[in-house]
Amino acid sequence: MGESSPKIVIVDESPIRAAILEEGLREAGFTGVVHISEMQSLLARIYALDPDVILIDLENPSRDVLEQMFQVSRAVRRPIAMFVDQSDAASIQASVDAGVSAYIVDGLKKERIKPILDLCISRFNAFAKLQDELDRTKSALEDRKVIDRAKGILMKLKGLTEEEAYILLRSTAMREKKKIGEIAQSILTASEMLK
Amino acid sequence: MTIPLRIGFIPLCDAAALIVAVDKGFAAAEGLDVTLVREVSWSNVRDKLNIGLFDAAHLLAPVAIASSLGLGHVKVPIAAPFNLGLNGNAITVSPALHAAIMTEISGDPVDPMATALALARVVAKRRKSGAEPLTFGMTFPFSTHNYQLRFWMAAGGVDPDEDVRLVVLPPPYMVDSLASGHVDAFCVGAPWNSVAVDLGVGHILHFVADILVRAVEKVLAVRQDWSEKNPEVLAALVRAASRAAEFIEQPQNRAEAARILAQPERIGVDAEVVQRTLDGRLKISPDGTVRESSRYLLVGREGATRPDPVQAAWLYAQMVRWGQASISPAALRTAQAVFRPDLYDAALGRDGKLTDAPGAIGAFAGPPFDANDIPGHLAAFAIGRQKS
Repeated sequence: MGESSPKIVIVDESPIRAAILEEGLREAGFTGVVHISEMQSLLARIYALDPDVILIDLENPSRDVLEQMFQVSRAVRRPIAMFVDQSDAASIQASVDAGVSAYIVDGLKKERIKPILDLCISRFNAFAKLQDELDRTKSALEDRKVIDRAKGILMKLKGLTEEEAYILLRSTAMREKKKIGEIAQSILTASEMLK
Repeated sequence: MTIPLRIGFIPLCDAAALIVAVDKGFAAAEGLDVTLVREVSWSNVRDKLNIGLFDAAHLLAPVAIASSLGLGHVKVPIAAPFNLGLNGNAITVSPALHAAIMTEISGDPVDPMATALALARVVAKRRKSGAEPLTFGMTFPFSTHNYQLRFWMAAGGVDPDEDVRLVVLPPPYMVDSLASGHVDAFCVGAPWNSVAVDLGVGHILHFVADILVRAVEKVLAVRQDWSEKNPEVLAALVRAASRAAEFIEQPQNRAEAARILAQPERIGVDAEVVQRTLDGRLKISPDGTVRESSRYLLVGREGATRPDPVQAAWLYAQMVRWGQASISPAALRTAQAVFRPDLYDAALGRDGKLTDAPGAIGAFAGPPFDANDIPGHLAAFAIGRQKS
């Protein structure tokens, strides 16, 4: 395969994560990157692309489909799983923790794999962090909406100003050792029941 | 003091003993604090067991053997002290393939030789007319499903590597793939066959018990070195699974067991579908035809839970027959040593003598299996891919 850039296939149903990984690989000089998001006829597509490295996320049931590549006796190029190389236990552990697995076609030198895998792990971890932040932002937004509605109910029922309603929510939350969002939610639930 | 354990499983009905052991409190009663981790692929279960992220796993019996032999993957010796299930798979075909087989069949459609010969005629006609070869889905290269499909069709003269296509499909994708025509048939465990029938996209052609009377399916697997370092924990886990298997087999407990298994974070299908599987009373056709079999899935009865090294030898023989493994006495010994009736007996305080004597493999075709003469046994089969 010479010293040209290895051909890398990313199998991932998450388009955002695949884009993040693809961008990282390109920045690092790996230009031959193809993303597959459609799992039908996966094996046929991979054979047609004939990659040197296949990266797949561990949440993808199609990992088992890739295992079939070891079985095809007539294939010229046989891939091996990253896990076959037991010399680098730390990077295996890191990749499983990050949620990615690599299949490497026999013959690609180990020192050429390492940077690909390291990049993969860091991008997968970055994506997980991003996802986590997104989830937190979403729930914060959700809280915001619930609090606004609870304030509205308090203002109407108790004739309070918006600020007074918020102070009441906050002091109740502190007294009950709960989040403001939780107190607001119980007000919404109660007002729903009393309708 | 409770001992924390992480155990991986795939959402299938034959994870029943493991799930019930945890959710019914049998594991806790043995001092174990088990976290069950639902996985999406056998590759994940195998790798996480291998690198120690799981202490134990619900594993395909052939994967445990392949891992110990280092076939296609890392060599990690596995110990299997408990069978989680015997049989339990079925072969489901599309309505079109079902109709084609029924047109060609002479004999009883429950007889696998009759269907295999009919399949051979369907395959021959398709070839003549220039149609694409039939495609069969199975779950993993080292799977009972792969060997059961191959055994069945080869008995009728269909070469599984030349005459049809065998492809790996994750079980949750099986039904969609059958509906879309991506595959013409599949062999998979419960509940997926029933799901296909309920949706009207498939007919159950065979229970695997038609093909093999007694076929080990999933095992409780641990790393061999882990079993040596944690003998008491392992014994406690075997006892908990054994109590669960006995619980499930009591007819009055079936509904409760099905409810436990059906939970979204466990198998995640209707309790009624799970109960059909446990009871061995399955709807086999979209027209509502029901077939009953006392041998559909054995969880805890007929001595099903005790590992039988003859079963390991049969699986190894299939690996040899289909070119996945080379034949050697040492490899056979390694394969058989994966199954650990000694650990089972020690955990349960049994003397090793069976109350229910297990039958042999009971295959519908070929001579009775002889673990002491695998080359001689395999010589009786015309179709195979043995390495020279």
